[in-house]
Amino acid sequence: MTTWLAIAVLAAGAYGWKVLGLSIPSRILDRPAVRTTTALVPVALLAALTATQTMATGTHLTVDARLAGLTAAAVALILRAPFLVVLLAAVATTAAVRLIF
Amino acid sequence: MVSTEVRARGAVVRDSLSVGVAVGVSGVAFGGTAVAAGLTVAQACALSLLAFTGASQFAFVAAIAAGGNPLLGTIGAIMLGARNSLYGLRLAPLLALRPAVKVAAAQLVIDESTAVTLAQPDRESRRIAFTTTGVTIFVLWNATTLAGALGATALGDPSRFGLDVAGPAAFLALLVPQLRGSRTPAAVAILSAAIALGTTPLLPAGVPILAAVAAVPLALLARRRSA
Repeated sequence: MTTWLAIAVLAAGAYGWKVLGLSIPSRILDRPAVRTTTALVPVALLAALTATQTMATGTHLTVDARLAGLTAAAVALILRAPFLVVLLAAVATTAAVRLIF
Repeated sequence: MVSTEVRARGAVVRDSLSVGVAVGVSGVAFGGTAVAAGLTVAQACALSLLAFTGASQFAFVAAIAAGGNPLLGTIGAIMLGARNSLYGLRLAPLLALRPAVKVAAAQLVIDESTAVTLAQPDRESRRIAFTTTGVTIFVLWNATTLAGALGATALGDPSRFGLDVAGPAAFLALLVPQLRGSRTPAAVAILSAAIALGTTPLLPAGVPILAAVAAVPLALLARRRSA
């Protein structure tokens, strides 16, 4: 039940941001400080999520097949592969490493 | 004879469709990851229909997988969605939508629909680009979320197939384009990853992600000192 509630909260929040941007006068949000923060907060969150999802298991730090998968994703990104190819490279590499070791 | 205008419209639709299809089918990875994290098929589909913003959806699922309080997971996920309001700000004067249309169009304001729309030269092609890219991604993302969720359910233990890495790979793919330009985003990314990993053994699941946002004021402070 908590999960459904959390989904409802997220849905309301996600839609709220979108409709807010389309609806309010630009001078309210369009300031350098707001602009810089809104650009950098996603960078911080995405980097933190990438790191913990690759290296953390519960409250422990581990190096395992996930790191190999993420490395494959990084190589695919350097080669400018499309989004889905990046994901598939990561998933396939992780699965292969788990199969071998 | 086909006028240049019609041909130009065709090119807009083609560009929009190619981006829309490539991104839209990635919903299969989200559906699979969501079920692997312990969500039901219905919950995975509800997220794609109602939240419909990839990074926030993956972040929410990551919080569920980590075993923290789901409501705590929504904080980071909602923060990730804040950039869509800036996209809306850019798009509003370019699309000039009627209020009734705005209510529905808002759901389609995401990274990719914005990028394709901003690349167009005039209002008519911007409207075509926004609608075509947005609707294509919305339809495919939802259809493939269902397919991925059902597929992962049928597979049994999805982590055996490496599906747990789809989330971090998606985050990395969304992060890398934002690091170009200046040094500040890269500094924020490195600092944030270090804070998140460093606090993982110390804080409850989900909290290190939020603690890592401290990297933003810290990096801005360092930039001001060195300037």
